[in-house]
This record gives sequence, structure tokens and C-alpha cells, in this order.
Amino acid sequence: MTAEQIIFLIVGAVTLLSAVLVVTVRDLVHAALWLVATLFGVAIVYTLLNAGFLAVVQVVVYIGAIAILFIFAVMLTRRQTAADTGAALNKNWWAGALMSVLTFAGLAYLLQSWSGFSKQASAIPSGFDAINELGGALTSPAGYVLPFEVASVLLLAALVGAVYLAFNKK
Amino acid sequence: MIPLSWYLILAAGLFSIGLFGVLARRNAVAILLGVELMLNAVNINLVAFWRYGDVALMAGQVFTIIVFAVAAAEVAVGLALVISVYRRRNTVVAEELDLLKW
Repeated sequence: MTAEQIIFLIVGAVTLLSAVLVVTVRDLVHAALWLVATLFGVAIVYTLLNAGFLAVVQVVVYIGAIAILFIFAVMLTRRQTAADTGAALNKNWWAGALMSVLTFAGLAYLLQSWSGFSKQASAIPSGFDAINELGGALTSPAGYVLPFEVASVLLLAALVGAVYLAFNKK
Repeated sequence: MIPLSWYLILAAGLFSIGLFGVLARRNAVAILLGVELMLNAVNINLVAFWRYGDVALMAGQVFTIIVFAVAAAEVAVGLALVISVYRRRNTVVAEELDLLKW
């Protein structure tokens, strides 16, 4: 076992454990904080995959914006009692558990029957600058400039829609 | 070196946990938390396929950035809907929002 593999196993175990806690703990503030732990684990996985820029974007966008938005939404939708009343899971939770176990088994079966499943990574060519390449791909007309611009229009539309929906008309 | 299979299994596990959250949680905000887990699992897959394929093709990383933008839009609109519903009905429990059910 190399050091990289040991780091991956620890990070993967922590990520999956905190993901389980996100979907099972009753207090939603705790669930949002466990989501932050999961997102940090995913950011470390990006770093292991040599995608350092995406790891930084993950921390800034997901943890800095989305997780904070969740905590604000939990605060704004609290009932009068301190903890949310009632059970965390609905009465059909066993069907959901069965469904997700079947999904995992089906995905694992499909993946292990694929020939490239246990492929090893080839070394990154020397002088390869991933951030430079990514910036070029996002802004060149031969690359992905159109999806990038469409994504910015989508964000603007979502922003206007969110303000309209959450606006208190009284 | 880590084989590709480890990343794919981690992503499949994260996706299944998120699916369980979406199907089994009662609170609408918690359902959105499950959706976030599923989107992160997809992102791990995209970045892993970028790294284990041809690194000069940036499609995997570009699509991950698009997924970040879509996730931010989805959370903003989803949480605005939840807050709006909470103002009108005074509940965020998904099974109590049954106006379309007969």
C-alpha cells in the first residue's frame, strides 16, 4: 500500500461516514455541518486526482456559498420548538434504503463488468498546466465558451427567480 | 497508485447515500441536502474520468464547473421555494404538502 492509497482510504471512509450522517441525523443544522465535512472530503479527492483548481472551487462555492445557504434556510424554516418536530425519516424509509442498496449493487455490477474498471492513471506530461488548459477551454470558441455563457445566463435567471420566489409581498 | 475503480466505487456509494436521503427524509431542506450529495458523486466521476483518460481533453473538468453552476442555481431556487412554502403553509415536511393529491 502506498501513502496515496492510505490517504484515499481514510478520506473516502470519512466522506462516506459523514454522508450517511447527513441523511440520518434529525437536527438539520448538524446535517448541514456534516455536509460541510463531506464536501471537504470530496475536495481532498479532487486534490488526489490532480485537479487542484476544482478543489479550491469546491471549497469556495460549495462550502462557502451552498452550505451557508442551507444553514440560513434551516434557520428561516425552524418551527417554534428548538428541534424540528417528528421523525427524521418518513414511513417508507425502508423502501428508499432498498432502492439505494439496489442502485449501488447495480452500479457496482455494471462497473466491474467494464474492461477499463481497474485502469491505472498515466503520468501527467511534464509542462502540462491544467489551470491554463482549463481557462483556454472555457474561453476559446473552439472549446466550451457557449456552454460557459449559457451557464452564466442560467445563474442569472436562477438568481432573479430565487429573489422573486422568496420575496415577502406583504 | 490508486486504480480508477476506487474512485468509481466511492462515487457510487456517495450517490446511493444521496438517493436514500432524497427518498427517505421528511424535511424538504434535507431532501435538497441529498441532491447535493448526488451531484458531488457525479463530479467525482467526471474528474476521475478526466484524470484516467487523456488529460489534454478538458471536457471532464469543464463539465464539473458547469455542474457547480447548476448546483448553485438549483439550491438557490430550491431553498427559495422551501422558504416560500414555509411562509404560506407553515411547514417544510414534504408529506404535508399534498395539495396535488386526491
